[in-house]
Amino acid sequence: MSYSPSAKLYLPSLGQFAGWLLALLWISPLLYAFWAAFHPAEFAVSFQLTAPLTLENFSQALQQAPFLRYGLNTFILVTLILTGQFILCTLAAYAFARFNFMGRSIAFSFVLVQLMITPEILIVKNYAILADLGLVDTIPGIAIPYMASAFGIFLLRQTFKSTPVELEEAARLEGCGFLRILMKVYIPLAKPTYLAYGLVSVSHHWNNFLWPLVVSNSIETRPLTVGLGVFGSPESGVDWSIISAATLLSVAPLLIAFLLFQRQFVQSFMHAGIK
Amino acid sequence: MHQIFSRQSIYGWLLLLPAAILLFAFTYYPMAGTFFDSIFNEGSGSLSSRYNGPLNYQMLMIDPVFKTVLINNAIFALGTIPVSIGLALMMALIVDQHFLGRSLVRMAFFTPTVLPMIAVANIWLFFYTPDIGLIDSLLAFFGIEGPNWLGDPDTVLSAIIVMAIWKEAGFFMIFYLAALQTISPELKEAAKLEGAGKLYYFRRVLFPLLMPTTLFISINAVINSFKLVDHLFILTKGGPDNASNLLLYHIYETAFSYFDQGYAAALTVVLLLILASFAIVQFFFFDRRIHYR
Repeated sequence: MSYSPSAKLYLPSLGQFAGWLLALLWISPLLYAFWAAFHPAEFAVSFQLTAPLTLENFSQALQQAPFLRYGLNTFILVTLILTGQFILCTLAAYAFARFNFMGRSIAFSFVLVQLMITPEILIVKNYAILADLGLVDTIPGIAIPYMASAFGIFLLRQTFKSTPVELEEAARLEGCGFLRILMKVYIPLAKPTYLAYGLVSVSHHWNNFLWPLVVSNSIETRPLTVGLGVFGSPESGVDWSIISAATLLSVAPLLIAFLLFQRQFVQSFMHAGIK
Repeated sequence: MHQIFSRQSIYGWLLLLPAAILLFAFTYYPMAGTFFDSIFNEGSGSLSSRYNGPLNYQMLMIDPVFKTVLINNAIFALGTIPVSIGLALMMALIVDQHFLGRSLVRMAFFTPTVLPMIAVANIWLFFYTPDIGLIDSLLAFFGIEGPNWLGDPDTVLSAIIVMAIWKEAGFFMIFYLAALQTISPELKEAAKLEGAGKLYYFRRVLFPLLMPTTLFISINAVINSFKLVDHLFILTKGGPDNASNLLLYHIYETAFSYFDQGYAAALTVVLLLILASFAIVQFFFFDRRIHYR
């Protein structure tokens, strides 16, 4: 955020008052989910301040579906994807930024195509490929198509390109090989990009649904979103308040992280967005 | 020199290799396979792997569901994008000022972005539930009998559009916020000295300067509108009578519920062509400086 020297705290103008109102409107669906989850079902649409608070909905949700296991699956999935992305994208971005090889620009445009055609667009064929590899209903199977991320390669390439070449030359004079130069010069200087990309990637894959839905088939592999998706709808007899509790359980880790590190999240999305 | 060049070549390709293998396996090979399947209709029983020419494409022409999902996709995009971009700009202009509670306001706008669409749909499902749902309960309080928002073909797409606007506006706000920071405050001072009002400044200075950002967001929003179908699984399953069905969801049901791989492949080819045409628009019409630093 840029604070201009003349910045001062104003009294709320009409526009800012409108801003508060809009913000209240915007957050209200989530506040409502909290209301429904922490109160008995009969208070779902009757807002009385005296309504008793309860955790019953959460324990019901946990009894009816293994959300803790789903949470663990999501955690493993997201970690696996991010680790793979960091390794593969770093290597590829280094090649694109600092190596002069034949076919470099063609290869780079082939990478960029994936910005548009993400693995879930080709869901039918990618499922068949996964079946051939014997990876259906495994967490690595959900993760693997996302590891060579065009977005990650693109962002890191931009960052590596802006690293002063003098630093690389100094390291080379000290006898560093190209992999050591990558480890000692490029990666440390790209830390803000790794943080920004990491946050964007984690929140994207924490929330991803369609591809995991098709690939996962059992409690041991299902991530939170899919678990929530198969949990049940009001028509199937599951109580509305319990669904709200389950919904909050599924978003809680990411939501808490977001509330704690709000600035970093917003800035990461900005950092990743303007490149 | 030549030797350095070739060593560079080898190292470059070696570094690229792991990513290239995965990119080939999950983007290029399946793309080629999709074209192949759309012609050879693999996997639907007796016709397996036999050339059937343009049969699947002829089916596209006469399939009323295909026409419906394309129109729905267009309505969904046109209904969601202009409003959410307008709101996003408004949010960014609000949050770009300094005032009490600014970061709370910004957080409220941005929160829907970090929630999964599945969870969002779960919350909104109850808003739209007939009779006992939140919206109909509120309407009943005023003595109005609310419609069955998701069960009526006339209201279902609008209901989904409202939800999508809520989900996306805060995300687009981020891009405007980033762009606003690159605009020099002196411009505003100069405009003020010239006697330009706030609205005039917005219309003649700010808005044109934000045009590349608006274009960038628009194109990405269009692409997103074709990719995002998660909410349909919770809210409508494409119904009633395909009134809320979208192309990617139709591909999913064709392949995984009706098991018609060949037709699903032909539908995927259409989706690829649509995305490719937007990629071309993006490539030619857009200020490449936003893309390449």
